[in-house]
Amino acid sequence: MAKDTEHCAASSSGDDVTHGLVDQRVDDSGTRRTFLKVAAAAAATAATEGCGIGAPTGEEFLRQHYKTLTPDDKKRIFALIEDEVRGRSGVTIHMNDPAPIDGVEFAYALNLSVCNGSRRCVEACARENNLPDDPEIRYIRVLEMEKGSLEFEEATPYYDREKVPAEGKFYMPVQCHQCDNPPCVKACPVQATWKEPDGIVVVDYSWCIGCRFCVVACPYFARRFNFVEASIPPDRINPTQGYLSNRARHKGVVEKCTFCLHRTRTGRLPACLEACPTGARKFGNLNDPNSDIRKIIESKRVYVLKEELATLPRFYYFFG
Amino acid sequence: MLPLFRFVTSSLRSMLRGGRSYYIWIAFLLAWIALGGAAYLHQLRVGFVATNLVDHVPWGAYIANFTYLVGMAAGAVMLVIPAYVYHDHALHDVVVLGELLAVAVLTMCLMFVMVDIGRPDRIWHFIRFNWPVSMLTWDVIVLNGYLALNAYITGYILFTKFCGRTPERKKYVPFVFLAIGWAVSIHTVTAFLYSGMGARPHWNAAILAPRFLASAFAAGPSLMIIALTIVRDKMGFPLKDEALNRLRQIVAVTMLINLFFFFSEIFTELYSFKHHAASMRYLLFGLHGHTTLVPYIWSAVALDVFAAIVFTTKALYRRPAVLHAGCAAAIVGVWVEKGMGLVIPGFVPSPLGEVVDYIPSFTEFCVSAGIWATGALIYTLLLKAAVPIELGTSRLEPEAAS
Repeated sequence: MAKDTEHCAASSSGDDVTHGLVDQRVDDSGTRRTFLKVAAAAAATAATEGCGIGAPTGEEFLRQHYKTLTPDDKKRIFALIEDEVRGRSGVTIHMNDPAPIDGVEFAYALNLSVCNGSRRCVEACARENNLPDDPEIRYIRVLEMEKGSLEFEEATPYYDREKVPAEGKFYMPVQCHQCDNPPCVKACPVQATWKEPDGIVVVDYSWCIGCRFCVVACPYFARRFNFVEASIPPDRINPTQGYLSNRARHKGVVEKCTFCLHRTRTGRLPACLEACPTGARKFGNLNDPNSDIRKIIESKRVYVLKEELATLPRFYYFFG
Repeated sequence: MLPLFRFVTSSLRSMLRGGRSYYIWIAFLLAWIALGGAAYLHQLRVGFVATNLVDHVPWGAYIANFTYLVGMAAGAVMLVIPAYVYHDHALHDVVVLGELLAVAVLTMCLMFVMVDIGRPDRIWHFIRFNWPVSMLTWDVIVLNGYLALNAYITGYILFTKFCGRTPERKKYVPFVFLAIGWAVSIHTVTAFLYSGMGARPHWNAAILAPRFLASAFAAGPSLMIIALTIVRDKMGFPLKDEALNRLRQIVAVTMLINLFFFFSEIFTELYSFKHHAASMRYLLFGLHGHTTLVPYIWSAVALDVFAAIVFTTKALYRRPAVLHAGCAAAIVGVWVEKGMGLVIPGFVPSPLGEVVDYIPSFTEFCVSAGIWATGALIYTLLLKAAVPIELGTSRLEPEAAS
């Protein structure tokens, strides 16, 4: 039943020229909306046959906040989630929950001089984090900017990536800035989102009530809401899943970039960085004096977006 | 417990009593409620794709109605202040009717919040509420508190009158004064929900909370004028003209203040022509060819101005039909200006400069209409129960009292 939904969703997405681009397009929002409704209707039919309005199971309904889970609770919940995914898509996943590493604070830097707007980072992020294509959820938004202006109103994310880099333009990828003073965390009425000791802002997808106040509060347009029950084709599912990062999200909750914490906390680099063809992306531990990120911050003229809002981002831009 | 039981059964009986037009009205409301309920089930089933909301515009019709109605609930206090603070006896008689309106309207507010939540099954997660940092947590606390206060005050006054006793001042007047302060707080907190957002320059202004209160104190009493006239004409409630006149005076002042605040805001945004005035330009003139809200907001301004003229011109407000048209203009004008007219421009352009228009979907329309019908039904039933008690026709029989 769930597979039917996936087929339906997968078959109707092929002709998207700007594949890898984000949700609602301005100029064709009408057609896309209609399409969304068709997809949703299919999902609805599937859901009605199964479990009515898609009410949560008893365990899910009663599941406690992440911070109050004991190691035993986690083991039990992870097993349940693994079973659920296996039952739904036939894929065996490995749930994990790597803890923040003592003394580590992550930061990101992006070299605007070399970013060429290929959007490889966007795609790699989507695969790594199990982001759906229908409707499209993407954590990274790449803006095509006019040379000579840092004004977003003059920018557009709707450009043809086959024709990059375009004359007179430069490219600015924007994703969650993992603020040290995150307005989204302040906004959440139920503490479903918080800043971890290594600086990463996470969401407990099982605690979020879906009020979207955090989406409203974010100055970087970094948070995404699940407007439907997402379905990922089984061959696209990344089986290594973090409880606080890339595990499956249900409809009605908010999600965001987590600096790939299931990778970065185990010594790997974020998927967007590995995919970047130009080396524009640098990531590392702020507290390590020999890290790339420290060298960049110390030697380059870096800046942050919307500094006046005092959000203190951990995401730096520079021209280098 | 027996008197309380009688109070409830007698009230229920009053609610069922009515002529043909009363039953048609109730059936009309129930039909809308059924439609709204069905639409909400659809939204629960498929998710928020049933709405026209997107990540760029994450709040829409539901939160716009919510914001407006918080003002309506606070507006009821404009009957209470003259009655209790200035001992205005003309208004004393109608205070209970105003507070019942607050009860009905607050119920609608809470319903609009509920339907806007992606996971209503998780509402119990408020046990881990984020206080005092999150303004939304504050809002939930003050709204429920205001609902409880008004329910208590009206319940106490009506119950003692039902028992044939005079309400004891010390048992309700302190709560009345508390409710006055609380009414201001519910709307202030709701305004802070918006004005506290650094990410949204359109809302991030100190004028927001004062503007909220001014518009609330214009729309609320306007609705009361219409409601009280219906209660007088249809239910024989002896309403003094003085009471209506006092309400009219209140709207005359608050609507002018509201228009002045709005003008101050427009001037500040547009004269300096800062970049963050983009939202205001979107609202008033359209941005990059997107003009969805333009006709909408100018109609609201026209309605507000019309109401202000009616409420201040004797030759106009003396005629009931014109006065009621003025009330309707104030109610609708503020609904547009402070509902969609305030919420949507906050999202346009988006923090990364995109312009995405929003108009509610059919589902959102039906759900919203269903909630409005629920509020109207609650207020109708409450009035049906309360008016006979106020008139003294519904009383506990002496033998039952002993």
